Amino acid sequence: MPPFPEAARIALANTQLRTNLAHATATIRDKRARVVAEVDDWEELRTAGAATKDRVLLDLDTHLVRLEESLIRAGATVHWARDAEEACRIVADVAKAHHVDEVVKVKSMATQEIGLNEALAQEGISAWETDLAELIVQLGDDLPSHILVPAIHRNRAEIREIFLAGMARAGRPAPEGLDDEPAHLAEAARLHLREKFLRAEVAVSGANFAVAETGTLVVVESEGNGRMCLTLPQVLVSVVGIEKVVPTWADLDVFLQLLPRSSTGERMNPFTSTWTGVTPGDGPQEVHVVLLDNGRTRALADEVGRQALRCIRCSACLNVCPVYERTGGHAYGSVYPGPIGAILNPLLRGVGVDDQVDSLPYASSLCGACYDVCPVKIDIPSVLVDLRAQVVDAHRGGVPRPEAVAMKAAAATFRRPGLLRAAERLTRPGLAVVRRVGASAWTGARDLPPAPKESFRAWWKRTDGGRS
Amino acid sequence: MNAREEILGRVRAALEGAPPPPVVEPRSVVEPRAVVEQGAQRPISRDHSATDLVDLFAERVADYTATVHRCTADEVEAVLTELLGDRTTVVPPGFDRAVPHPVEDTGLTPTELDGIDAVVTMATLGIAETGTIVLTHGPGQGRRALSLVPDLHVCVVREDQVVPGVPDAVTALDPTRPQTWISGPSATSDIELDRVEGVHGPRTLRVVLVAGDA
Ligand code: SF4
Repeated sequence: MPPFPEAARIALANTQLRTNLAHATATIRDKRARVVAEVDDWEELRTAGAATKDRVLLDLDTHLVRLEESLIRAGATVHWARDAEEACRIVADVAKAHHVDEVVKVKSMATQEIGLNEALAQEGISAWETDLAELIVQLGDDLPSHILVPAIHRNRAEIREIFLAGMARAGRPAPEGLDDEPAHLAEAARLHLREKFLRAEVAVSGANFAVAETGTLVVVESEGNGRMCLTLPQVLVSVVGIEKVVPTWADLDVFLQLLPRSSTGERMNPFTSTWTGVTPGDGPQEVHVVLLDNGRTRALADEVGRQALRCIRCSACLNVCPVYERTGGHAYGSVYPGPIGAILNPLLRGVGVDDQVDSLPYASSLCGACYDVCPVKIDIPSVLVDLRAQVVDAHRGGVPRPEAVAMKAAAATFRRPGLLRAAERLTRPGLAVVRRVGASAWTGARDLPPAPKESFRAWWKRTDGGRS
Repeated sequence: MNAREEILGRVRAALEGAPPPPVVEPRSVVEPRAVVEQGAQRPISRDHSATDLVDLFAERVADYTATVHRCTADEVEAVLTELLGDRTTVVPPGFDRAVPHPVEDTGLTPTELDGIDAVVTMATLGIAETGTIVLTHGPGQGRRALSLVPDLHVCVVREDQVVPGVPDAVTALDPTRPQTWISGPSATSDIELDRVEGVHGPRTLRVVLVAGDA
């Protein structure tokens, strides 16, 4: 993958992509704003969500051990995976133990992150994505471009082509005379996938939440493909990032309010499934849970960055990001695009190793909109600035990059909450701080814009995002 | 070292010198209200009178294009007959109302279920604010596959099962039971953000909301 600036330049030239994205992000943004406004204690919910996640993260070993105990008590088998390879191996072993050559999958960021489909293919096991958008991406040999709507870069005509060409190769062919009406395309997917659901013996999922107290896993979805995978096959393997744990069942009330409203802009998503180990006579009778590290402990060790592990993958930050809106998800070179991707990838993978990863903390205008919408209050701008300093440090040794001095100074500012608040993120006083701490080396190479009269967020509030 | 020990070790190392975990403050509340299901008592953030609550529930369910049919306990069977018509309907054990063309669940396979037109179930509770029904798959609700595979789901909810909000539902529900929270029919917006109903699960949801003793 080329570093972000190059990838972004290519994406910017794709007008179809930009049009689709602008439409999608604006639509979801509006829906979200409407349903968030209905909740009078939204700010309290955000605070509670952030605090609950921090409570888990700052005592993660305790909660993980508790989760493991509860899962085992409920009849599940618990596995631990240090990295992607180990996680993929565990899933492949379960599939092989049941002599299957295919599994059905619920859309899951964790399994995409570890490249599970490719790893299973190596073992001769086909992993079928069952989320409509993921199916479009998979049949089109493509990459997802958004966390919530991964195929948003495709229009209906392209999707029809993908179905006509791809479905036959993967199972039931697309119906004769398929046109590009969304309802007909969805019907084609229903028929194609139902065949797979009905015969599948092993399913793979992720989880949105894992309750330490009870061992309950939760999957939130819209289409019902999740319910199909979680219910019909006799064997279920769930790959769960270690940061997904919440302490108690009661804590879910906060997240089940925050997530759907932030994500799809609905009061509640169509389907939420919860299951606790094995229920005799109902659903899978063999349940595996793979607890996945794959860089999460690295992120946890980063004092400023560990808050990124609070993320509940709602994708709200993507939809408000002016950089994401113009470049789309592919430019980030990762399954985690947008503002959260710009911090999560360097945190999970470390800086100074890969130029593409190192370019991500610069993929932002630091406008702060992502922080304002984040349901668990992740201060993405501060983490970005801190990571920029880390990137600069990692490349020390040769001639310092022009960003070096200014970014380190800015990071120091961002680390100190008092100063940070005063600085109001590179607005008038913010820029003044950057100038004072020595941005001349930086401005020598870049244009430091004149300070705007008000902060982006203030402007956004005043004009309702430019609509009034 | 095995993976478990190593990951837990990394977690502990990562947290060395970290601040203590925050104490999570209970959120402020407007007016305490008793939760109907299981008599659990817990303050919640919003205040609704009982009738408001049921109206709100009906309104919010309808917002998802899931039709709501309100009736009294005596009228339930007539409503079911009308809604189900000529369809074959799988009836879970413990569902004690008559339906026109019942199919008993004798451990039907997914493929057999796929050949049945409709399913009828009860619910454990309804959530007014979000228009959600929750199944916990006990008597009258059936195992999870029943309410999933057929194309039409008719769900009977009693008015006294409606709770105000998500916190009330979470308090009232038993986490050890499998749960399905349903808010409208299956839907997707994956194609140009055009909403299409019914990709998988039931494409049509009808909620029969029963007043009085059911
Ligand atoms: S960072 Fe926040 S806004 Fe972005 S996806 Fe995660 S939870 Fe949502």
